[in-house]
Amino acid sequence: MRLARYLLTRIVSYLLIIMVGMTIVFVVPRLTPQNPVVSMVARLTSQGTFMEPEALEAMRSSLMETFGLSGTLWQQYLSFWKRAITGDFGPSFAVFPTPVNELIVNALPWTMGLLIVSTLIAWIIGNFVGVVAGYRKGRWYSRVLESIAVVIYPIPYYILALILILLASYGFGIFVVGVGGYAIGLRPGWNWPFVSSVIKNSLLPALSIILINYGWWFLSMKALSSDITEEDYVKFAEIKGIPAGQVMTRYVIRNALLPQVTQLAMALGTVFGGALLTEVIFAYPGLGSLVYMAVSNADYNLMMGINSLSIIAVATAGLIIDLAYPLLDPRVRY
Amino acid sequence: MQTRVAIDDSLASEKKATGTLVGSLFDMYRSNLRFSVGISIIFLFLVFGFIVPLLAPVQPAKWHTVPRDLPPQLGHLLGTTSLGQSVFWFLSRAIGNSFVIGFVVAALGTVVGVIVGIVAGFNRGILSTGIGILIDTFIAIPALPILILLAFLLQGKASIFLLCAILSAFNWAWPARQVRSMVLTIRERAFIDVAFFANESTWRIIYKEILPHILSWAGANFTNTVLVAIGSEMGLAVLGLSSPERPTLGTMIYWALQYQALLRGIWWWLVPPVVTTVVLFVSLFLTSSGLQDYRAVHRVEA
Repeated sequence: MRLARYLLTRIVSYLLIIMVGMTIVFVVPRLTPQNPVVSMVARLTSQGTFMEPEALEAMRSSLMETFGLSGTLWQQYLSFWKRAITGDFGPSFAVFPTPVNELIVNALPWTMGLLIVSTLIAWIIGNFVGVVAGYRKGRWYSRVLESIAVVIYPIPYYILALILILLASYGFGIFVVGVGGYAIGLRPGWNWPFVSSVIKNSLLPALSIILINYGWWFLSMKALSSDITEEDYVKFAEIKGIPAGQVMTRYVIRNALLPQVTQLAMALGTVFGGALLTEVIFAYPGLGSLVYMAVSNADYNLMMGINSLSIIAVATAGLIIDLAYPLLDPRVRY
Repeated sequence: MQTRVAIDDSLASEKKATGTLVGSLFDMYRSNLRFSVGISIIFLFLVFGFIVPLLAPVQPAKWHTVPRDLPPQLGHLLGTTSLGQSVFWFLSRAIGNSFVIGFVVAALGTVVGVIVGIVAGFNRGILSTGIGILIDTFIAIPALPILILLAFLLQGKASIFLLCAILSAFNWAWPARQVRSMVLTIRERAFIDVAFFANESTWRIIYKEILPHILSWAGANFTNTVLVAIGSEMGLAVLGLSSPERPTLGTMIYWALQYQALLRGIWWWLVPPVVTTVVLFVSLFLTSSGLQDYRAVHRVEA
């Protein structure tokens, strides 16, 4: 019974969070002084084609309809929800008339490939190195590793990206500063020239994301595991004569891993927002660049599509974590 | 782990320290390596950002006050930009402005967060649930796209304080959530009940019994928010969406990138703000994590 009540309140708050978040996404673009339809009509008529005033008016009203801008604010709000629930965000304004969904679907593999792979690599390395440094605290290498993480972690990720570009362009030729997702002139497909070009161009953006995330995973894992190392059951296991390696894997890692797994789930939820500045700096064709394009062109539909996706993803990740917690940790009961 | 050892050694001396703020800050400076390194570097930056610009012989942001594109040399310590500005003076003014943004946003965000958190934690009704959902929403919505959008609306025209207000809107939710959960646990302690039965007013209980528990946490949060705020303004500025005419660390990078400083080999335009940013952020992080360490030790001791 308590479980049912917990489930109910958790799901209600999940839905409320999404509703309030999407409402903010709806309201903020409407604060823009520029009306996208007016500027679009201006763009079309400036190309020299003459149009009758009636035809112009007809085009204007049909565009208003397409972009969900017709009627009062309340009617727009209702039709926004209708679109959101059916999952059809209409045509993009910046790349008219490509549907928003198509743009998102094209950008999604790039962002997901880059972010999921680099998040996972950073998580694995950070946790592994972190647990060693936490278990063997006080050793010289633990202190060196910690100092490195403390210096890397606070750097804003786009500044780190700039530093990598600086290093790459001044002498450290191992990295090529690629622009875009792959070299110009290649045709996307499952062939080696294309795949290798994709990997080469993703190397620097991925490295900048891995380094920052590594710092975070390392620091939190080290803090967790150095606390656990102080626990009596670890001391007892050591006195019992269990080899250090086994103590680390069976006693320390297993207990420290739980918060790290939840945080990983949260981090994977934020993947759907894209790594905005990194993608813009490297001209990477993912969701982040798409958001930037949407904003700088006042593309309502595209903005709403991406922001709705990322709000739902973050909220869902939070919900899944809360619901899965009792499965991961038998001590937690609702 | 030298810091922790140092803390343990000085536990005895900490007991002697009086409960005053100055006393504990001084104590922290002696006992916590992270805090003392961090705060010392920040102090140097404060001098460089707020006092040094007063000595500037030229207006730092004004174009064509010095010859263009000079590499670092005597007389132009860090070289000059393609816009004819001295990198040294520009940098010092930029650090000052970035600090102003960081401090204002951190102060607003922390104060609002603490107030909202206390209200939500103390109230046991619909208000508490409502605020809880609002907090969770602000944590869940992606801040950067919305910040970029707002900045885009205000491009160049935003006053520094409007910019700070917008940034604060995205920095109150996290402290509010933390304070709320702290208040929820403190509220259940016996001494609060005792205070209630002693007919103390709610405001007095909040001021006398709850606020002291939150203040040290708020200090660490403040430092951390300074870091986040400077970083957010920088992110906007790098995209050219802050106000490009105002010198900050971010706009400095923006102009350097706009003028292809990297391709043209004018590294002295780009490297100083980048290095400054890294050192500044590391020292802010050291300070805030030093504050948290110190707090954790003190809680154990009490």
